[in-house]
Amino acid sequence: MAYAPDHSSERPAILDKVNPAELPRAKLILNDRGFHWITDKVCGIVEEPTPLWWKVLFTVALFVASFTGVGLFYLVSTGTGVWGLRAPIGWGWAIVNFVFWVGIGHAGTLISAILCLLRQKWRTSINRAAEAMTIFAVMCAGIFPLFHVGRVWFAWWLFPIPNQNAIWPQFRSPLEWDVFAVSTYFTVSSLFWYMGMVPDFGTIRDRATTWWRKAFYSVLAMGWRGGNRQWSNMEMAYLLLAGLSTPLVLSVHTIVSFDFAVSNVPGWHTTIFPPYFVAGAIFSGFAMVLTLMLPLRAIYRLHDVINQYHIDNMCKIILATGTMVGYAYATEFFIAAYSGNVYEKFAFVNRAFGQYAWAYWIMVSCNVITPQLFWFKKIRENHSLVWIICLFVNVGMWFERFVITVTSLANDYLPSSWGYYSPTIVDIFTFFGTFGFFSVLFLLFVRFFPLLPMAELKMVSPHSDIHKH
Amino acid sequence: MNERNESIHGVACTFRKPADVYHAAEKVRDAGWKYWDVHSAYPIHGLDKAMGLPRSKIPRLTLLGGVTGFIAGCLLTWYMNSFDYPLIVGGKPLWSPIFPFPIMYECTILFAAFGTFFGQFILNRLPQHHHPLFDLPQFARTSDDSFMIVLEARDSQFHLDESRNFLLSLGGQEITVIRD
Repeated sequence: MAYAPDHSSERPAILDKVNPAELPRAKLILNDRGFHWITDKVCGIVEEPTPLWWKVLFTVALFVASFTGVGLFYLVSTGTGVWGLRAPIGWGWAIVNFVFWVGIGHAGTLISAILCLLRQKWRTSINRAAEAMTIFAVMCAGIFPLFHVGRVWFAWWLFPIPNQNAIWPQFRSPLEWDVFAVSTYFTVSSLFWYMGMVPDFGTIRDRATTWWRKAFYSVLAMGWRGGNRQWSNMEMAYLLLAGLSTPLVLSVHTIVSFDFAVSNVPGWHTTIFPPYFVAGAIFSGFAMVLTLMLPLRAIYRLHDVINQYHIDNMCKIILATGTMVGYAYATEFFIAAYSGNVYEKFAFVNRAFGQYAWAYWIMVSCNVITPQLFWFKKIRENHSLVWIICLFVNVGMWFERFVITVTSLANDYLPSSWGYYSPTIVDIFTFFGTFGFFSVLFLLFVRFFPLLPMAELKMVSPHSDIHKH
Repeated sequence: MNERNESIHGVACTFRKPADVYHAAEKVRDAGWKYWDVHSAYPIHGLDKAMGLPRSKIPRLTLLGGVTGFIAGCLLTWYMNSFDYPLIVGGKPLWSPIFPFPIMYECTILFAAFGTFFGQFILNRLPQHHHPLFDLPQFARTSDDSFMIVLEARDSQFHLDESRNFLLSLGGQEITVIRD
């Protein structure tokens, strides 16, 4: 685009004409792949015979998931005492795992909603899988508070449904806010995910050769015809859902942090929690996206649509949010020291040097130090290393929640009521199993649903430019 | 619609490139057609304008949902904590717009999302599993890499031969009559 200066004014122009340099934009789809290639690639994943690795992984995932099943069965049939919860530590692994899994989910919504509003076109390659990750992670998260209530058969009391005692949920409690936030989050994410998939289901339906596949995808596609009158509504609805999901995702982890911040416990009662939790959630979520997408990219040879540019961007987001989290740790310490409150000061000194110091330093080294490696291009280009660093981030973020939840409860005001928490084998098995549960769902998604959003990829492809091609 | 066209849904014409279908759409719009559509595998940038489509009405449904959700959140918390079973907790007011605000906020978003999601399906007349277009062999490729303009028989301008020639003049490749 040439810029023509206005010569009508008296002042002489320095240059006759300004020609801004054409800066090449990063290519989102390499090797000039066309529409048909995208369709073939994505539908091919669904259409090919079930690969052996999938069957093996699915069996392993089912086996791992059974640990959660058995753990919960034992818990319900015996009582909450089988978890390691003892006074004064009433919130243990269950809450840690809940916050961990909800946090994982946040990256999916960040990618699908916030990056959509910011017009980050690179999000298209990863957004479908990331949204699926969100939904499955929230399902894993939901298990823990559900069973943590103790008598799980009364869990429906959490919802505003009339019951025989004629009592209602207590809306002054942040825990009740959480019920609304997480269930809204799950519902809206699922709607958003499904709506984005409708046109892609239509594509699979139109290519289907077998009867059952045609029937299955016809039902899911709802008779989508891809007319522009439909697309016009679809695009508007997509944009609006992105606009709705953005304040939603920020509110969810804010409200999760209120569970802690609204209490009087030293180390919990801080105003920094909402932004700090949201940054941490995005940090851990992106690490999980990379943990999942790097192997899938290698297995399905998606190098042309998920290229170094995408991986670079995700690494940089991990670096940025990891640094924010590190900054939040430092701020917490400063504010505790500055507050002049002995309990607050003690809570933080105790975190770093007390009985849970080991957990604290695992957290700091995984969350603050490891992501700093992403400053280096060489490391971002070494995908095995990126994958390993992401695992460290996942571990670190789990420990962050452990440190926050447990250290504050174990040593609060009165030394006479201090304690030490350790999980039981039931805690460990139940948590371990959720990774299986998550994998089962994710593998089913990979096998039966369009892994990449075909329509959106075609939209960002240079072939869709009506002025050039 | 005359009697001759009774079993005819319309005329379809395929295009290979987005630019071709885009410029063809501009001509159909300028010819004053009302009942017609462009089928593609992805939303073509700027096609709404090229087709002369008005802005989507979905935002109205989103707003309706959002307002409903906010009011529902207010009523829910007021009715349950202040009217039906008033219970004093910590000496705080039975109801204020402050403490249940997260509930109102989440209800607003939830209902606005319902308005958007169901609004999209309602305005798009979906689910609709039977449509004459699905019988067209070329139609399957519009969800892959092909494009199609469909002129519908219910338009007052529709005339089988003339409409066919009109599509030919737009540079379309395969012209087919769609039967109901």
